Amino acid sequence: MTARFAIRAAIATLTLGVLACTPARAADSIDPAADKAAFQKFFTNKFPKLKLEDFVNGPYSMNEDLHKQWEEKEQFPPYEFSLEAGKEMFSTPFKNGKTYADCFPNKGIGIRQNYPYFDEKEGKVVTLELALNRCREANGEAPFSYVKDDMAALTAYMAFTSRGKPMDIKIPNDPRALQAYQKGKEYFYTRRGQLNFSCATCHIQSPGERIRAEVLAPALGILNAMPIYRSEWSGMGTTSRRFTTCNSQIRGVPLNPQDDEYRDLEYYLSYVSNGLPISGPGARP
Amino acid sequence: MIATFLKPALVLALLAGTAVAAPAQAQSAVEGQKLAFDRGKGNCLTCHVIKGGELPGTIGPELTGLKAKYSRDELIAIVTDETKRNPQTVMPPFGRNRILSEKEINAVVDFLQTL
Repeated sequence: MTARFAIRAAIATLTLGVLACTPARAADSIDPAADKAAFQKFFTNKFPKLKLEDFVNGPYSMNEDLHKQWEEKEQFPPYEFSLEAGKEMFSTPFKNGKTYADCFPNKGIGIRQNYPYFDEKEGKVVTLELALNRCREANGEAPFSYVKDDMAALTAYMAFTSRGKPMDIKIPNDPRALQAYQKGKEYFYTRRGQLNFSCATCHIQSPGERIRAEVLAPALGILNAMPIYRSEWSGMGTTSRRFTTCNSQIRGVPLNPQDDEYRDLEYYLSYVSNGLPISGPGARP
Repeated sequence: MIATFLKPALVLALLAGTAVAAPAQAQSAVEGQKLAFDRGKGNCLTCHVIKGGELPGTIGPELTGLKAKYSRDELIAIVTDETKRNPQTVMPPFGRNRILSEKEINAVVDFLQTL
């Protein structure tokens, strides 16, 4: 009788213990700081000759020939036209007389490294592209396409004023922020599309390798260079364009720009590149 | 008596069979090469160095001497779904995800066995 009671009590304690432990353990397993350290260490181990800040140059950081090409390209950067256009757009008032500067901290200058951020009021991740279109709509202007032209020009200018500043993404002590980070991480590592690739397949497992003539970029610092002029696109593209075209190239169905999944993905990918300088706008083959 | 009569006939039939099969396989290997170099289909060249292919990628190993390394069944299994053998592989599951049909996989393997 006593023995049976003792066993029951033991089982009850064990069950309680498991119940109490499970959620705690699940929460503990989301550790952005540890992820970031491991992520950056993976790349510096894989490419011991590169300095951390070199990774923002994408494929151009991967070998000397390409680096030379990049230096030559920077003499007459192909994004210059877009950058100039962005600067002008940024300072031109909306019909109501206000400007983009009124929507952002520090009048929008030198703040690129703080995007995306977790908005605790909305309970979601807000990217720079999203904030720009919200600014337009709040001032009675139609939103821009997220993938190129005007949006690329605006983000090019905002990145340019932030060049050299270390990416500085914060994850507030809010379970929803951690959840968004975790979802972004899961998206990054999940295989999809007919070709069965995850983002990591190319940009973690194979950076520096060639697919035909193209050199795959490292995931570390990949967003620090956005937006980019890509010769392959014959034009500028934003982070949204990069995400949607990646999904098409692996023969998957792209989401809509600024869908929650992409916002979370940008949050994760930017956070693990914290400390690396903003280098946008960039140029890529 | 019947057996001795049948034997040469059987041999003849077999010979005829191989005579037909050899050009068919060569033909299939030519098809296989096209698939292996085609960007929209097999696209093996995107990741592998292959004799006769220009601007190969570097992700996978060079495709050479495959007949000595793998049986035909193994090659078919690798092209069909390499994730079964190696879950971490970059290689797309050409059969499982219907990127190539069974016939096309056979043609690609015919080509691979010539390398």
